[in-house]
Amino acid sequence: MTTIQRVRYIGKPLVFAVCLVPAFLVVGDLFGITGTLGANPVEEILDRFGNWGLRFMMIALAVTPLRVLTGYNWIGGFRRMLGLFAAFYVFMHFLVWLVLDQGIYLPGILEDIVERPFITIGMIALLLLGAMAATSTAGMRRRLGRQWQRLHYGAYVAAILGVWHYWWQVKADILEPAIYAAILALLLGFRLWKKLTRRSLPMRRSAVPAAQTGS
Amino acid sequence: MLIRKPADIRPSEITSKSNYVNRRSFIKAGLAAGGGLIASPGLSAVLPREPRAKLDDISPSPFSTDETPTSYEDITTYNNFYEFGTGKDDPHRNARDFEPWPWTLEVEGHADKTGAFHLEDFVKPYALEERIYRMRCVEAWSMVIPWVGIPLADVIKTLQPTSKAKYVAFRTLHDPKRMPGQRRRVLDWPYREGLTIAEAMHPLTILAVGVYDEVMPNQNGAPIRLVVPWKYGFKGIKSIVGIRFTERMPRTSWNMSAPHEYGFYANVNPNVDHPRWSQARERRIGSGLFASRQPTLMFNGYAEQVASLYEGLDLVRNY
Repeated sequence: MTTIQRVRYIGKPLVFAVCLVPAFLVVGDLFGITGTLGANPVEEILDRFGNWGLRFMMIALAVTPLRVLTGYNWIGGFRRMLGLFAAFYVFMHFLVWLVLDQGIYLPGILEDIVERPFITIGMIALLLLGAMAATSTAGMRRRLGRQWQRLHYGAYVAAILGVWHYWWQVKADILEPAIYAAILALLLGFRLWKKLTRRSLPMRRSAVPAAQTGS
Repeated sequence: MLIRKPADIRPSEITSKSNYVNRRSFIKAGLAAGGGLIASPGLSAVLPREPRAKLDDISPSPFSTDETPTSYEDITTYNNFYEFGTGKDDPHRNARDFEPWPWTLEVEGHADKTGAFHLEDFVKPYALEERIYRMRCVEAWSMVIPWVGIPLADVIKTLQPTSKAKYVAFRTLHDPKRMPGQRRRVLDWPYREGLTIAEAMHPLTILAVGVYDEVMPNQNGAPIRLVVPWKYGFKGIKSIVGIRFTERMPRTSWNMSAPHEYGFYANVNPNVDHPRWSQARERRIGSGLFASRQPTLMFNGYAEQVASLYEGLDLVRNY
């Protein structure tokens, strides 16, 4: 079995299953099987999906630095799946807010989006992630050409907005959003440093061709 | 919005200041004449020291709501008490080993009866009452809590504040060894709160020493805390060790932390939003996953009793 095949037939299904664990835990806790959602289940589910959305954005953005630093090019094969999980959890976070938290109460929702800056930037991040998820197929990537790369730099913007969105809604204890901000600064700083030192990132396509990994 | 019409003649217009200031002696004289009602043993508040101990001789109150109280489980596992952590399930986990006793309360400032009191002695003269109140958190969730406590007005009358006492300031225990949340400077410790003397004297305002007929759980502010049901929950300062009568408006913790977000008054008001979220609706804890938010009421539904306290006050500016 080649590395490409190992990634495709063992690595990806395995990572896919692991990435779904937080979602299954929400369902398990909801029915009291794996734990409990506490006194305010709506807030708990909302927070968990939002947190996992942020975590997966960080994990997806860590793929390229990790690949470059270790030299294991096969790591790049997981980037799209991890990015899609970030979009999935952020979308679930949005759905829980829309349906369970706001009860699809339109006046409240529109007022929140327009008047609450932390919700406005959250919506922008959601739209960016949606556009990237919709254009994540190999076919879309081919069709969009250079535009595709430009659009997918949106991953950096979405991550910044996501951390900002979190930072902006905590009351006094900024420890957790500050940790996310520090991690994001490292991940983006790595890219900036690479760009400034003019050492171009090794092309991942040369090691794991998109057509073969299906990415 | 319910705003009570002012009475034709205000009490201040017909009561001389000296009579008002000396009202305690008037009340005491009346009580003495009444055969020492307060001294009757059945009505004295006794605080057992064991966790979850039952409180005795609790009388019901006409101020209680008939709404269904939130479960003991939810009341004691979901709340804010930053002294034990900033997560809402932190207090019940981190306050488990907190030992409040012995507890001393210091009374300072513009009052005749100042000094340090053992909490048992401090509450003994008063009768315990059950007050089932709505509790609205500034974070837009709410509960119905069956508090057990004593009217703060009764305590203040005993302490005999002077005419200079315009405000009452409260202070929480500051002891990072026993309150692990204080090891991080999330707020400027100790936690501080305050009321105008009129708010403190209002019959709805209580010092609570229990929940569900039991002594106050550590995570909810053992052994004694403030409850002001028409204000956002953060005004209900917990684990009180200091009461000070002041002439000037005291500084309060959340106001110090974010002055444009948390005012001194912090009256529940659906028409004045928090800068970052709406205060128009609230989530009632325990109502289930698919329950919609319910409308928040002016003064948390206590407008009829308290709106007169704020006549002429701009509630948008004085949030």
